[in-house]
Amino acid sequence: MAKSPSSGTKGKKIKWSNLYSFSCFMPNTNIDPDVTTDEQPLIGQQGFSRVVFCNESQLHKVEKSFKYPSNYISTTKYNLVSYLPKALFEQFRRVANFYFLLAAVLSMTTSVAPVKPISLVAPLVFVVGISMLKEAVEDWYRFLQDINVNSRTVKVHKGDGLFVDKAWKKLSVGDVVKVSKNEYFPSDLLLLSSSYEDGICYVETMNLDGETNLKVKRCLEATQSLEIDTDFGEFKATVRCEDPNPNLYTFVGNLTLESHSYPLGPSQLLLRDSKLRNTDHVYGVVVFTGPDTKVVRNSTASPSKRSLIERKMDKVIYVLFSLLVLISLIVSIGSAVVTESEMVKWWYLDLQESDPDPLFNPKSPLSSGLLHFVGALILYGYLIPISLYVSIEVVKVLQALLINKDAEMYDEVTDKSVEAQTSNLNEELGQVEIILSDKTGTLTCNQMEFRKCSIEGILYGGDVNEVDLAASQRMNIDVERYGFSLDGSASIGQSFEIFEFSLEDAGTEMAVLGHENVTGNSKISSSWEQSVIKSFNFRDDRLMNKMWMHNSNVNGMIMFFRVMALCHTGIPIEENGSDKLKYEAESPEEVAFLIASQEFGFKFCRRSQSVMVVQELDPSSGSEVEREYKLLNLLEFSSSRKRMSVIVRNEDGQIFLLCKGADNIIFDRLGEHGRKHQHTTSLHISNFAEDGLRTLAFAYRRIEETQYEEWNTMFSKAKETMGPQRDELLESASEMIENNLILVGAVAVEDKLQKGVPECIDKLAQAGLKIWLLTGDKKETAVNVGFACSLLRHDMKQFHLSLSKEAEASSQVKAMKVEILHQIEDSYQMICDKIHKDVPFALVIDGKALEIALGSDMKAQFLQLAVNCSSVICCRVSPKQKALITKSVKEFTGKTTLAIGDGANDVGMIQEADIGVGISGMEGMQAVMASDFSMPQFRFLERLLIVHGHWCYHRIAKMILYFVYKNIVFGLTLFYYEVYTNFTGGVLYDDWSMAMFNVLLTSLPVIALGILEQDVSAQVCLKFPALYKQGQRNICFSWNRIIGWILNGALASLFIFVINLYALSPYAFKEQGQVADIADFGAITYTCVIWTVNCQIALIITHFTWIQHFFVWGSILCWYIFLYFYSALPPEYSQEVFHLLTEAIGPSPLYWNVTMLVVVVSLLPYFLHLVVQRLFNPTDDQVIQEMKHLRKDTKENEMWVKEQHNSKRITQIGFSARVDAKISSLREQLHQKKTLVDTL
Amino acid sequence: MDEDGGSSSAVGIEAQSIPPRQSNTLYLFTQQSLPACKPVLTPAWVITIYFLIGAICIPVGLLSLDASRSVVEITDRYDTDCIPPPFKSNKVAYIKDSSISKNCSRFLKVPKHMKAPIYIYYQLDNYYQNHRRYVKSRSDKQLLHGLKYNSTSSCKPEEYNNGLPIVPCGLIAWSLFNDTYSFSRGTAALKVNRKDISWKSDRDHKFGKQVYPFNFQNGSLIGGGSLDPNVPLSDQEDLIVWMRTAALPSFRKLYGRIEEDLDADDVVVVDVSNNYNTYSFGGKKKLVLSTSSWLGGKNDFLGMAYLSVGSSSILLSLIFLLLHVKNPRPYGDTNYSSWNWKGVSS
Repeated sequence: MAKSPSSGTKGKKIKWSNLYSFSCFMPNTNIDPDVTTDEQPLIGQQGFSRVVFCNESQLHKVEKSFKYPSNYISTTKYNLVSYLPKALFEQFRRVANFYFLLAAVLSMTTSVAPVKPISLVAPLVFVVGISMLKEAVEDWYRFLQDINVNSRTVKVHKGDGLFVDKAWKKLSVGDVVKVSKNEYFPSDLLLLSSSYEDGICYVETMNLDGETNLKVKRCLEATQSLEIDTDFGEFKATVRCEDPNPNLYTFVGNLTLESHSYPLGPSQLLLRDSKLRNTDHVYGVVVFTGPDTKVVRNSTASPSKRSLIERKMDKVIYVLFSLLVLISLIVSIGSAVVTESEMVKWWYLDLQESDPDPLFNPKSPLSSGLLHFVGALILYGYLIPISLYVSIEVVKVLQALLINKDAEMYDEVTDKSVEAQTSNLNEELGQVEIILSDKTGTLTCNQMEFRKCSIEGILYGGDVNEVDLAASQRMNIDVERYGFSLDGSASIGQSFEIFEFSLEDAGTEMAVLGHENVTGNSKISSSWEQSVIKSFNFRDDRLMNKMWMHNSNVNGMIMFFRVMALCHTGIPIEENGSDKLKYEAESPEEVAFLIASQEFGFKFCRRSQSVMVVQELDPSSGSEVEREYKLLNLLEFSSSRKRMSVIVRNEDGQIFLLCKGADNIIFDRLGEHGRKHQHTTSLHISNFAEDGLRTLAFAYRRIEETQYEEWNTMFSKAKETMGPQRDELLESASEMIENNLILVGAVAVEDKLQKGVPECIDKLAQAGLKIWLLTGDKKETAVNVGFACSLLRHDMKQFHLSLSKEAEASSQVKAMKVEILHQIEDSYQMICDKIHKDVPFALVIDGKALEIALGSDMKAQFLQLAVNCSSVICCRVSPKQKALITKSVKEFTGKTTLAIGDGANDVGMIQEADIGVGISGMEGMQAVMASDFSMPQFRFLERLLIVHGHWCYHRIAKMILYFVYKNIVFGLTLFYYEVYTNFTGGVLYDDWSMAMFNVLLTSLPVIALGILEQDVSAQVCLKFPALYKQGQRNICFSWNRIIGWILNGALASLFIFVINLYALSPYAFKEQGQVADIADFGAITYTCVIWTVNCQIALIITHFTWIQHFFVWGSILCWYIFLYFYSALPPEYSQEVFHLLTEAIGPSPLYWNVTMLVVVVSLLPYFLHLVVQRLFNPTDDQVIQEMKHLRKDTKENEMWVKEQHNSKRITQIGFSARVDAKISSLREQLHQKKTLVDTL
Repeated sequence: MDEDGGSSSAVGIEAQSIPPRQSNTLYLFTQQSLPACKPVLTPAWVITIYFLIGAICIPVGLLSLDASRSVVEITDRYDTDCIPPPFKSNKVAYIKDSSISKNCSRFLKVPKHMKAPIYIYYQLDNYYQNHRRYVKSRSDKQLLHGLKYNSTSSCKPEEYNNGLPIVPCGLIAWSLFNDTYSFSRGTAALKVNRKDISWKSDRDHKFGKQVYPFNFQNGSLIGGGSLDPNVPLSDQEDLIVWMRTAALPSFRKLYGRIEEDLDADDVVVVDVSNNYNTYSFGGKKKLVLSTSSWLGGKNDFLGMAYLSVGSSSILLSLIFLLLHVKNPRPYGDTNYSSWNWKGVSS
């Protein structure tokens, strides 16, 4: 046995590997001998040709075949050279843009187009220019982000054992680097040595695969001795290994050091984006750089996403395009007919046969008609809103800006706020139906907190849980009502008593206390949450501050604390200037236990290979005593054993086995005497579990010296056994000693949820969203968190899909398939069953089962089942599977999905989902960079979806519909006019006015609408999450609405044209007898169009700030101003429009008269529709608008609250649902008791 | 629309949540909580709005109708009647034959007292002055600058004649209307003022004061009327009026003004010189004498339209009033919320 180190710092030199009794004797665990023999010969062949000269990176710069890319990582789309061609190509890949480009080219080169090139080119340049500018700006930000990552520094060996800081991007293959604790690896490194003697290090791979437990990497023994910087001065070695590939879990190669060749495996490879933990520093040599690294290879190009609305908009554009083709056809056929039959007679056209006009050639009407068709396609391009795309882009960028600026989505802790990474998907936020969430880092903080414990059947730290509290609060009202309605005689007080009684039954001791505290906020515990000590959120005066010493069951307590202080694998680290220790351990739970035991007076001070030292509080003397425990054996924790034990010998020579583990495992192994508190403890444990706490039961036994010796020989034998029986032998050996235990209690730790997560989930659930939890963690953890954030509750019917051990062992795909299919079908049968109609269902599935379930043959059944469950929890899923689930769900249900996660392991699903959200609070940037939105905290999702999503959805939907409308109004008036020119291609409006229509005169109000429209205020959105369902049902952009608006546009344009036609023709329109010519007629009609479309938008807007007023009325004014200045230009420029406003139409009362009539008439159909719809079939937001308008929220508060409640009623997950369930169960109890009382 | 202070409560709430030091407009904008008015279409407003529309439209309609009714208009289609019976079957040959006299007399009876000025129009139907080829066939610069400006390709095919440029060039000018009218009442000729029938801006800025017709209606290229080569274009008001192309195939153009009152039952004799060929394409020619009102000519359409819109609005307002009184939907009634009726149906 080694000497105990005198201080904690030296503890790092402990050979950690020796702590693990199960693994320490394993020969060469890191390299599977089979792999070595199979794959080593491949080295040097195709696919395994990489050669790395360690510490001689300059060699790679010289010789061509060894030249590898630099460590620079780029995520930008363009560079300076490629920007213009690439961005232009992107722009004109859009059908609409290409069409307008073609039109512009045609109008410039031929005389086919009936309008001047300027009216086509100007909007196009404007539109494309703005889009390209946007692309450039977005790419610039990506570039800045890249710079940030690439310029992080790492210590690199410069020569002669000197390490200097170097930027990541400067790193090249062959460099030896030194990475310190909690730093990320700058590239894929080969581990050479670590600060631990035996050359192991701990790596957190959360960014890669999302697993929170630390992984052990181990260097070759040959390089283990390179302990300090100066050792690297002379170090030379050559690595031959596989070529870059995306496979995270394999690595094949060998290292040639001093003419010896050593095989390398994945456990020597430190991957980029993983993090060094619990290890002071490591030395490594760069093997793969930048684009060659596995994580980069593994990443897929982020797909460009388009929102549902935008995809539907494409269809709308197709409809409009068909309309355009139809009109062009009508026009061209009409034109051909007229040209052939009529036009020859029109002598005033002087159509000469010798010099035929190609457009009007009676001899070949067909070709004229064809040319006319092309011309019409260009002219009626106004039906297709060219500026729609650019307006939407502008609006979305501004919307994104407002999202970024929202002060209520700003996190002070991380100094970050929600950021829209792309602005393409704002409105998609309003249509999400399924949220796929990562667990660690997203819902939880990856931090365990000691919350409650139960020692010898007594509960400590048990405050009232929020559900009970909320339930009791609501029952205050409801009990009253219930009491009256049941029978008049029952007094309120009586029912209260019963109620309290029932709460006590439920196991909550402080119900009364809860009642007293109800008055203010419902979250008593929230004030406790700011615990001073990290990982320790416990308050109970009976235990704290040494008070436990005065309790009666001191002995039990001491044992309990000893288990906590000794049964672990953690090590203490000293913190300067504090007598409190901090700990590092494999799992955060253990840290929480160690911290807690320290708080209770059992400070685990240090450990050596065989001795653990605990500073204990001696209850008899009340002073602190340092006690040494000899660590005899350590029976490791594993997911199959679900328990961990240590066997220690105390100073008195007594041998104890201290054990912690899952409750059922421990309970099975209790001895006769140890079951004294089993009942109460299990009751407590189930209560803990319901609150979403992770529970562990503590037990111990005393072992007689002889018994121990006997067992130890057997155990040692088992450990030394080689081959397949080894595990079995060890298992049975440990089984032999881990029995006859005495239960001392149970602890509950909380996988600490991030701030506001339960509330957020509750709101999201009320908004009709389903939340799926996808985590790489194990099932128990996932289920706990499911409870903690109310995705699960106990009255839910849970389906657990998993493979049985036998099936897993046999690894026969067919058998596994049958098993899973069977489970799926059984569960589905249950759902369909009528008896279970009101019971919510939950599905828990683990990675292996999922792999099979997502196979092509049963995917449909599985997803059918999953979709019918209220919550779905997938555990132990790999990043690939996360992406696969997301994809399957998206494709199968056709619903909008949102994936949220924080690590690189979530990148796949973030990219795959319709909307990807990255948590930006953590250090890793992968998720954020792949995401569409980033946010520092999960809770901001609530506001992002329910407020901003709702708004953006309404805004964009309204905006597109209005755009369609206004262009139809405009385009169709042109068409009607052409009918009146007998299809000869006459154009009603002036060229410049036409060019201005979409650019200046109608674009600003609709942009203001797109940015500022609010059907209901943010507060109302949050109070009535049910409003969100409008987006899910897509009622604002249904085909009914689209067709409706197209018809509205057609009708309005018809009214405009007909009224103008009859009012102006052929009579004089002024008192001075003048008649209107084309310019007058066009300008008057144009005025009517401008008024109509701008007044129409005023009818749509429900939220007028001065900005909307300014733009709407300003646009109309703008037309007059434009016309005034345009007509004031010299006649060379203004042509027919010259002095039009001042001389011709302005002074004419008829002009104003017609305008007014047109506005009233053309808006009447919409207005009538609006009134009738509102009267007979108002939508939710309209009802709320009305309520708000009537100030029902303040005057009739009760009703307002009731409505809020009603709107939430249907949810099955979330906090409120739990409260509801609780209330109904309480009511049932109450009812039963009442009938019991009555019968007595 | 309701422009009321339903907003004020909302504003009040929002104002509380804003830290006072930052409550400037930009901040309010970024937080999307600018003070806003949120009009809500309540039944009362609907009824009021419809009523208001009616209340405005009906008087306006009545005024418009009154203006229209005050106008006296005499329309006389003469294109068919002015063809001598022998040519009835071959009108085109008649009109093209320059040797035949095209004079024709029309007798117009004045139905009501017509107050001066009485506007004389000619009206052409089925004449496509808005034809794309036709509309473009002119050169504004040439009209202003005359021969100094010689890139007149837009005027094709009436650009050159016998190798010399035509002023004014183009189809429009070439097809100038050339029927003439002279009026007499009883024995006395009615003085027709043919000045000031075009837009002043055209005369001053678009048609050159120093530009004289040149090589116009010469040789093989003879279309419509000819111009006096000694009068500058800015004084050729017939041409100026004609050059203002009409929007629709049926149009009137101002010919002149009679500046004397005509009494009821007066008979105006019009000597028409029926030169213009509308026969080949089946167009009609009409002579129109009309007084004017503040709204222009005799056109009942606007008045009728206003009246019908106004009365239907009143009707709608009554219907909604009735609906509201008999079967009121409680305003802000939550039974219409989807969550509530969903609850009922399930």
